Amino acid sequence: MYDGGKIITGLIIGIGLFLSPFFYNAGKVAKAPDPELTEKAKEAKECVASKPYMKAWHMQLLDEWRDEAVRDGERYYSTDRKTWEMPLGKRLMYELRGFIADDGKKDKKPKIGKVYLKSLQVTCMDCHSNKSKFCDECHNYVGVTPYCWDCHIEPEEKK
Amino acid sequence: MGVDRRDFLKIAGFGALVGLGGKAIEILAPGELEASTENIPLTKGKRWSMVIDIRKCLEKQEKDGCKECIIACHREHNVPDWGNPKHEVKWVWQDSYEHVFPGQPNEYIEDGIRHKPVIMMCNHCVNPPCVRVCPTQATFKREEDGIVSMDMHRCIGCRFCMAACPYGSRSFNWGNPRKAPKDLNPDFPTNRTYPERSMGVVEKCNFCVELVTKGELPACVQACDKIKVHALNFGDLADPESNVRKLLRKRYSIRRKPELGTEPNIFYII
Amino acid sequence: MLERAIKGTQGYWWWLIFLLGLMGIGFGCYLYQFFEGLKITGMSRDVSWGLYIGQLTYFVGVAASGVMVVLPCYLHDYKAFGRITILGEFLAVASIVMCGLFVIVDLGNLPRMINIMIYPNPSSILFWDMIVLNVYMLLNLIIGWNVLEAERKGTHYQKWIKILIYISIPWAFSIHTVTAFLYAGLPGRHYWLTAIMAARFLSSAFCAGPALLILLCLIVRKVSKFDPGKEQIRTLAVIVTYAMIMNVFFFLLEVFTAFYSQIPGHMHPIVFLFKGLEGHGNLVPWMWMATVLAIVSLILLIVPATRRNEGILAVACAILIVATWIDKGLGLIVGGFTPNPFETVTEYWPTTPEMLITIGIWATGFFILTILYKIVVSVKEEVAA
Repeated sequence: MYDGGKIITGLIIGIGLFLSPFFYNAGKVAKAPDPELTEKAKEAKECVASKPYMKAWHMQLLDEWRDEAVRDGERYYSTDRKTWEMPLGKRLMYELRGFIADDGKKDKKPKIGKVYLKSLQVTCMDCHSNKSKFCDECHNYVGVTPYCWDCHIEPEEKK
Repeated sequence: MGVDRRDFLKIAGFGALVGLGGKAIEILAPGELEASTENIPLTKGKRWSMVIDIRKCLEKQEKDGCKECIIACHREHNVPDWGNPKHEVKWVWQDSYEHVFPGQPNEYIEDGIRHKPVIMMCNHCVNPPCVRVCPTQATFKREEDGIVSMDMHRCIGCRFCMAACPYGSRSFNWGNPRKAPKDLNPDFPTNRTYPERSMGVVEKCNFCVELVTKGELPACVQACDKIKVHALNFGDLADPESNVRKLLRKRYSIRRKPELGTEPNIFYII
Repeated sequence: MLERAIKGTQGYWWWLIFLLGLMGIGFGCYLYQFFEGLKITGMSRDVSWGLYIGQLTYFVGVAASGVMVVLPCYLHDYKAFGRITILGEFLAVASIVMCGLFVIVDLGNLPRMINIMIYPNPSSILFWDMIVLNVYMLLNLIIGWNVLEAERKGTHYQKWIKILIYISIPWAFSIHTVTAFLYAGLPGRHYWLTAIMAARFLSSAFCAGPALLILLCLIVRKVSKFDPGKEQIRTLAVIVTYAMIMNVFFFLLEVFTAFYSQIPGHMHPIVFLFKGLEGHGNLVPWMWMATVLAIVSLILLIVPATRRNEGILAVACAILIVATWIDKGLGLIVGGFTPNPFETVTEYWPTTPEMLITIGIWATGFFILTILYKIVVSVKEEVAA
């Protein structure tokens, strides 16, 4: 092979660099995320939407909230609508994946439940004030750093 | 979202009023609460404006150099103090009469006004140049009540709005507010129910839109009322019987740079 | 054809490495700015645009000047320019790249740059500026590349290129008009609120750009076997002369309007720039130097004997570029923001990191220009052989 020595050396270095994260983590087990609920959250029983919904869609919910609250002036949100009023395609996907809440009967007129202010800082963090043990658990595991916290103030936690 | 936004708004608004206990409805007249549940959101159809009574303000300033409105606003919105006029961020501030109204130079103006401090803030113009130039619509004029609002999530920090504003109302976050000098900002953030800003976005007075839509008065107005000076009068220009319209009918008022056609909504009674 | 850029003399490679060094320094400073914020620049609440936007404006002008070579050749059959249109087109490409980079380093929140495309605001001139500048760059890149490729193969370029060329001519005028509209429509800035802003921009573009092109032609002649041509350089010099006359004339018109009307709002920015206002006058020596250089270059250009002497012409072009750069790249922006809406003065001067980032972007532009010109020159040499 012409220039074979250089090529093989280059390949070894390149593949080595490429596989370095695996070597770095070899033998270690990353702890699965275990988010804790605060007392207040446990008492509240349900969040602004059902747990499976929030688990899958809290990012989209917040994204929609921020535009609705700031730009459209619709600052209040009421529960029980979210699981019902989503577009048909989304709902079908939910039913297939078993995300719909237990009393998911379509012909039942949804009750209007609690009204919330659409605010990450004021509403969400009011119940989930233990950000480092709740939000960060999954975020750190997956390796995302949402930039919300560049502006929105994290709740003070006792160390 | 899903279905029938109008119904949702009505119900959510009513639910909000009930759920939140109908706090401090100072800007709605008695009986208007029931009426307003029909007209959700609360501020729909209004044209918010402010009438600043310079005399009342000056009277208080002569006594003790009052800056309550500025302090209240900056506390409410976590505005940092950089201690450096080049990088300062200010939503409400004061400057001398000649600087606030440079189009009316008058060497022989009465002593009570000459070189005296006058409060200024964003004028929430009816025809705002800043909204016209923003490339992402990060600053926009709310249809329901005319407040020129900032969407901090969208601003790319191009500062075109700062060039366009003829009143110098806008400030840019040249650095990260959380890194502002600690000795000047000892208990930053001062309001944990309101967000801060990241570096690289423009900000300005927002007529406390988050308070106004709940039925409260803006922070500066509340502060001025608390010390019983009542120099700042916030009200609805679209309602002929509102407090601001009554004041404007009775007293002579001027605005900043009216010749530019921006139609500012801050009036000064002198 | 890109492979022609990787065969060069030692001098060529040292030049590229030098430029890469400057680009590296600029990039490092930019990272510092990215993490610390724009507070490391000299800009302030009052002067919220500075060197970066000034450079953007200047280089849009240089880019637009490509039309000064294309127009006579394609609309008026001045075949002599056919030899060097490619140089004008590639200069435009490098300039627009620099413009884009200057916008990028000026943004407060760069990761959100895409917002201008996903949430467009057609009433904002910045939106239209983005569109026209990017389209112009693509036009010049496609036209230049295809024409050069055709020349290399010894064929005529395809017919659809002709359509693009015809579009690029008014488009060039539009890019600088739209950039002028950024400034000319703002109600609070009296130095900018003038109907002849676009005319001033175009005239200063059409003198600065071809002047730079002349210098580049002289350099190309020196470092390669391709000679852009004596006649071409002469005609370009005539274009530069007339454009510079218009440029200076338009500025004098502004001075007249301001000082004959005696309106303070019109006078104050010019007084700040040339005399100083309220004790502040850090730009005064620069503006007077620009004036002197402009006059000297104008004399050298108007007198036929000095204009036709290529050595003196080079000097005249160089000082013209400095003069127009000071006027447009620095004086224009600061003059617009001074005095501020409260009639007070805040001085502006770029900081060292700001200057290093600017130099880094210049180096990037020249890097791209060098590579593109290397390709042109090697094709021309091959065809001539």
